[in-house]
Amino acid sequence: MAATLPPPRLLPSGDSAITVEFSRNIDDAANRRVLALDRALAAEPLAGITETVPTYRSLLVHYDPVQIDFDKLGERLLTLAQRPVPASTKTRRWRIPVVYGGEHGIDLEEVAKTLNTTPDEIVARHVAGDYRVAMIGFTPGWSYLSGLADSLHMPRRQNPRLLTPAGTISIGGVQTGVQCLAGPSGWHLLGQTAVRTYQLHRDPTFLLEPGDNVTFAPVDAKTFAEQDRAAEAGEFIAEQIAS
Amino acid sequence: MSKLVIASIGPASSVQDGGRPGAQRYGLVPSGAMDRLALAAANTLVGNEPFTAAVEVGPFGAKFTARSGAVRIALAGAPRNADIAGRAVAPDTSATLADGETLTLGFARGASFSYLAIEGGIAGEPMFGSLAVNARAGLGSPYPRPLQAGDELQTKAASGAPERRIELPAVTDAPIRVVFGPQDDEFADETKKLFLDSEWKISATSDRMGYRLEGPVLKHLHGHNIVSDGTVNGSLQVPGNGQPIVLMRDRGTSGGYPKIATVISADFGRLAQIPAGRAFRFRAVSMAEAQTEARKFAALLRTLPERLRAVESVDLNIDALHDANVAGHAVNAVDAGTWHAVSMAEITGPD
Repeated sequence: MAATLPPPRLLPSGDSAITVEFSRNIDDAANRRVLALDRALAAEPLAGITETVPTYRSLLVHYDPVQIDFDKLGERLLTLAQRPVPASTKTRRWRIPVVYGGEHGIDLEEVAKTLNTTPDEIVARHVAGDYRVAMIGFTPGWSYLSGLADSLHMPRRQNPRLLTPAGTISIGGVQTGVQCLAGPSGWHLLGQTAVRTYQLHRDPTFLLEPGDNVTFAPVDAKTFAEQDRAAEAGEFIAEQIAS
Repeated sequence: MSKLVIASIGPASSVQDGGRPGAQRYGLVPSGAMDRLALAAANTLVGNEPFTAAVEVGPFGAKFTARSGAVRIALAGAPRNADIAGRAVAPDTSATLADGETLTLGFARGASFSYLAIEGGIAGEPMFGSLAVNARAGLGSPYPRPLQAGDELQTKAASGAPERRIELPAVTDAPIRVVFGPQDDEFADETKKLFLDSEWKISATSDRMGYRLEGPVLKHLHGHNIVSDGTVNGSLQVPGNGQPIVLMRDRGTSGGYPKIATVISADFGRLAQIPAGRAFRFRAVSMAEAQTEARKFAALLRTLPERLRAVESVDLNIDALHDANVAGHAVNAVDAGTWHAVSMAEITGPD
């Protein structure tokens, strides 16, 4: 018999949402439980739930208080969260091409200096990683990946940049990320991908799902430029590979 | 087809509707009207479904001209002077512009947003089921950005239906109700007491993404960084400087600052309407009370058609406008003139 899992905390987020918190920290086991609860709710929808938002450590469950109240929903969520996490879940795996350094990754040299190594070694470490989409948030398609090598952990920048390019691949703290839209960021910019994780008028509009696996493949600037044109025309560019 | 041509309009004005829920797991915030009751009231007046797309008019004035036919409209939300070719338009009342006539709106008085609903709605291409503008995500139709002079909103020709007014519950300036959480345990009891016992003002540096509050500094127990989790409309997050930010309809879907409390859904529109610089307070309520209020609010939205009344005469319209002027506040140019966008980086991560 499986050991009983510790119950998550049910945190009220107003009268129409509950945060089901499995950990206060970035914690791989907690993230797996978040994604498992998310999948359980997708498989067996509870009346009144309007949408769910997985994050590193918690599942935010939006609901309609006209249909179900906090206590009833909380009870059902606790029951579901106590189920053992399935050992193997079928997930998708994506290979995302990245042009590293130069104008595409303006912090690569600086990161190498800070970590007392060479830019090539930073790229090698980043490419060697086997990542999982822990959550998507902040702006459309901004995908936070877990699985960054310890040797690439770095505090975020003291002064966040107000504008970083679309397609930026960056590292911050213990995470790496695929950013879709241009926007502010305090992370260190290693490279850029032509892949649009969010693109209007494309099916699907959103490429990555929480729980998907991701690896990176280095490409040169010329390939990036070609891929960027193809992506603009609606191609995925990211390859789905066998798990 | 008739159309409304925008002759002039201030910033913070955009097409909004009920929003596009369902894609927050991909980082896409629903957006939608800041004051859903006012949106629904305006739409009900012209016979539209309550969350049909309408023009959310910010604190400044605006002018709209009917072209290619007559256009029937209704105005609800922030009180402001309004006239069609010199004929006064009362708040919470429908009216019709003949072809070529111009609707002129003054500055908002004592509130921030008005909703200009158009009979038959606004023609556009829905994205995720909504025309609501979310400029950052490139979403919104007919324009994926705030409105500007020269824009045209295509709509149906006016039906000629009799004009209506709607009787809404009296506007109250009672404290804005909150429920504590999800991270109120990041604050000492005396900090929570300070939050409830203090007067707050919405900073001029506020927008549809977030309202910055000015008041006493709220100290964190364990620092201001938490691991990002999901946000909701009305999340009161407290960044490093201890000055809370209320997350509004265009918020980021996740954030890495502790959230001391959440504005109850029934009071969100009332908070959205508080003009910059006016003092207000919060009051904590139980989850049970918040959910009772949410159900009452849903019932109010559902029963708006029962609140429609015939407009007896044009004279009454003018009386109503005069009443509003006398009873209302003087035009406050400061409310309207200090509306700045918040820097996104200051609101939240990525973290």
